[in-house]
Amino acid sequence: MKPAIEIRNLGKEYTLKSGQSYVALRDVITNSFRNIFTGSKSDQKFFALKDINLDVMPGERIGIVGHNGAGKSTLLKIISRITPPTTGEAIIRGRVGSLLEVGTGFHPELTGRENIYLNGSILGLKKTEINKQLEAIIDFSGVEKFIDTPLKHYSSGMQLRIAFSVAAHLEPEILLIDEVLAVGDMEFQKKCLGKMEEVSKSHGRTILFVSHNLAAVKQLCTKGFLLENGENKLYSDINSVLQTYSSSYLQKVNRTAIGSYDLGQHPNKIKLGSGLLSAKMYINNILSEEFIPGNDFKITAGYYLAAPLVDPEVGIVIKDENYNPVIGLNNKHLGKKLQLKVNEPGEVTILIPAFNIYMPGKYFVDLYLGDQVHYFECLYDAFTFTVLPHDVFNSGEELRPEWNKIFISNMDIS
Amino acid sequence: MEKFITHIQPPNRFSLGLKELWQYRELFYFFTWRDIKVKYKQTYLGILWALLQPLGMMVLFTLLFSKTWKIDTGTIAYPIFVLSGLILWNLFSSSVSHAGESMIQHANIIKKIYFPRLIVPGSAILVALFDFMMGLIIFFVFCFIYKQPMHWYSVFYFAAGILIILLAGFGAGTFLAALNVKYRDFRYTIPFLLQVLFFSSQVIYPLYSVQQTWLKYLLAINPVNAAIELFRATLSNQAIDTTTISIGLTSTVIIFAVGLYYFRKTEAYFADLA
Repeated sequence: MKPAIEIRNLGKEYTLKSGQSYVALRDVITNSFRNIFTGSKSDQKFFALKDINLDVMPGERIGIVGHNGAGKSTLLKIISRITPPTTGEAIIRGRVGSLLEVGTGFHPELTGRENIYLNGSILGLKKTEINKQLEAIIDFSGVEKFIDTPLKHYSSGMQLRIAFSVAAHLEPEILLIDEVLAVGDMEFQKKCLGKMEEVSKSHGRTILFVSHNLAAVKQLCTKGFLLENGENKLYSDINSVLQTYSSSYLQKVNRTAIGSYDLGQHPNKIKLGSGLLSAKMYINNILSEEFIPGNDFKITAGYYLAAPLVDPEVGIVIKDENYNPVIGLNNKHLGKKLQLKVNEPGEVTILIPAFNIYMPGKYFVDLYLGDQVHYFECLYDAFTFTVLPHDVFNSGEELRPEWNKIFISNMDIS
Repeated sequence: MEKFITHIQPPNRFSLGLKELWQYRELFYFFTWRDIKVKYKQTYLGILWALLQPLGMMVLFTLLFSKTWKIDTGTIAYPIFVLSGLILWNLFSSSVSHAGESMIQHANIIKKIYFPRLIVPGSAILVALFDFMMGLIIFFVFCFIYKQPMHWYSVFYFAAGILIILLAGFGAGTFLAALNVKYRDFRYTIPFLLQVLFFSSQVIYPLYSVQQTWLKYLLAINPVNAAIELFRATLSNQAIDTTTISIGLTSTVIIFAVGLYYFRKTEAYFADLA
C-alpha cells in the first residue's frame, strides 16, 4: 500500500521583517531610495522547516510535538496547501480536511443552521454531504433550541459547540488538526476527541494532530513526530516521542539551581542579551519549585533594556500540565505603571500572597515583557513548578482535585 | 481514493486553475449567498436600499443637468440617460472596491483554510451584480414611464455593456486585492482612483460632446466608457463611436489579463502576508 502522506526534503523559508507585521508601499519606496545611497541591506531569512521527510500510512494517527516555533503549524499549513513550501515536495493521497481553527468563517448575522452550511462548505464539505449530516451535527452540538437564531445571540461557548460539531463530522481520508481543542469546555472537548477517535479507528482515517495538550496527543495518536527548530528529531511510537520531548524540555528551560532559571538562551527570545534574562521563583521567600497551596508565591524576573519602553507591561500566564491556562496576570490589570531601568540590569517582582491554587500537578509559566508596539517578548514555558496535594483545611481529608482547581480560604456555611 | 492525489511543490508555473475553481463552485455559491443575505439582513430598508441610491443620484443629476445646466443627450431623455450610466458605473465601482477589499476582509479564513483564492474577489463581484440587477429593474420601469423606444436586439447591447464592466471590474478588483495584501496602505488610493474614473466616464455627459478628439480617445481608455456606449447604443439615434469601443475593449482585455495574472502569481503567498 502506498503512504497517504509522503513528504520529501520539505523546507520553508521565511523572511524576517523587523518590527512590522505588514509592508507599506511608502516604506518600500523610501527604503529602495535609501538603499541606493547606503547600499542595500537584505532582509533576514530563516528556515521554519528544514529537510523534513515523513511517510504516513493510511490509518496512522501522528502527533506532531515540539516547542513553540518548532515548525509544527508551518508543516500542517504546507500539507493543507495554505502556504507553499520553499523546497522539496509532498504527495498527499486522499481528500484532506484541515481544522486549523474551529469556527472559521462564522458570520454573526447568520443563524446557527446557516453557519453550519457556510462553515461546512469552507471546510470542504459538499452541500449534499451537509444535508445528510445536518441532523447529526445539530444533535451533537446540543444547541437545537437556538439553531435558527442569529449567531450573534449565542454565547461563545455555544458558538464553539457548533464549530466543533461541524469539525467532528468532516469525513475526509486525511484530517489535519491544529490546537483546536485548546478552547471550549472540557466536557465537550472530551466528546469531540472521543468522536474523532471513533471515526478514525472505525474508518481507518489518517490524522495529523498538533497540540500542546500532551494528554490528548497521547490518547489519540499512535506515533509521534518530534520537531525541533524546524528539523525532525524523532519519528517513533508516541510514548517514546513524548518522553524525549519532556526530557528535551528540561534541558531547554536551563535551570541553574532550584528555582533559578537563565532565560538568556530561551527559544522564544527576540533579541539575545536584552529583554527578559533570568527568573527566580520563591515560595515563602525561599527559592523553590514545590508549592504547598496557600503559601506566598513570588517571581522575580531580571531584565535588560537598551531603549525605554512606553507604558511597559510585565506579566505571567500559569498553565497546567495539559497546557490549559489557569491564571494570567500583568501590571496593566492592576492599573499600575512600571518604571523600568534602561541600560542597566533591572528586576521586576510579581508577588501573589497566599496563592490559592490547589489542583496538584505540574505547572508551566509563560513570562512576558513589552509595550506591544515596539517590543514584545513572550517566553513560553519559562519555568515550571509543582503543586503538592495538601490538606488545606486541616480536615484530615484532601480536596478532590476534579472539583477544586483553587480553594477558598475564608468561607462560611451555616 | 486514487482520484485525490495532491502534489505539493514550490510554486513555479502559471495556470488559471479553472478545474479547481469548478471543484469549489459550491463555496463560490456560499460566499455570494452569505454576503447578499447579510447585506439585506443588516439594513433596515433591505432591497429598497439598492434601489434608492441610484434613484437619488438620478434625481439630483436630472435637476442639475437637465433643468439648470442643459446637457444635450439627443433623443434620449436625460433621466434615462443618466440612470443607465449610473447603474453601470455602480456595478463597476462596487466590483472594484469590494473585490479590492475582499482579500483583507477574508484574511482570517485565508490563513486557516485552503481554497482557490479567486473565489473571494469573484464572489464580491457576483454580489455587486446582484445589486445591479435590482437597479436594472428600476431602469426598465423608468424606460416604461418615459416611453423609451427599444428593440429586441437591444438585449445583446445591454449584455455586451455589462460584460465589459464585469471583465474590467474583475481585472481591476483582483489586481487591487493582490496589491492590498502585499502593501497595506494601497487601499487608501482606491476611493481617489474611483473618483477620477467616475468623472472620466460618460455617466452624466455623453462622450460625443467632448470637443477635443485626443481627449475623447484618452477618456476612452476607461473601459466604463465603452460599456456605457454599447449599453446606450440602441436607446438613441446617435451613431456608435467604434473607435471609443475598440480602445475600451483593448484596455478591458489588458486590465483583465494583468489583474488575473498578478493575482494568480502572488496568491500562493497570501497566507504568509495577510
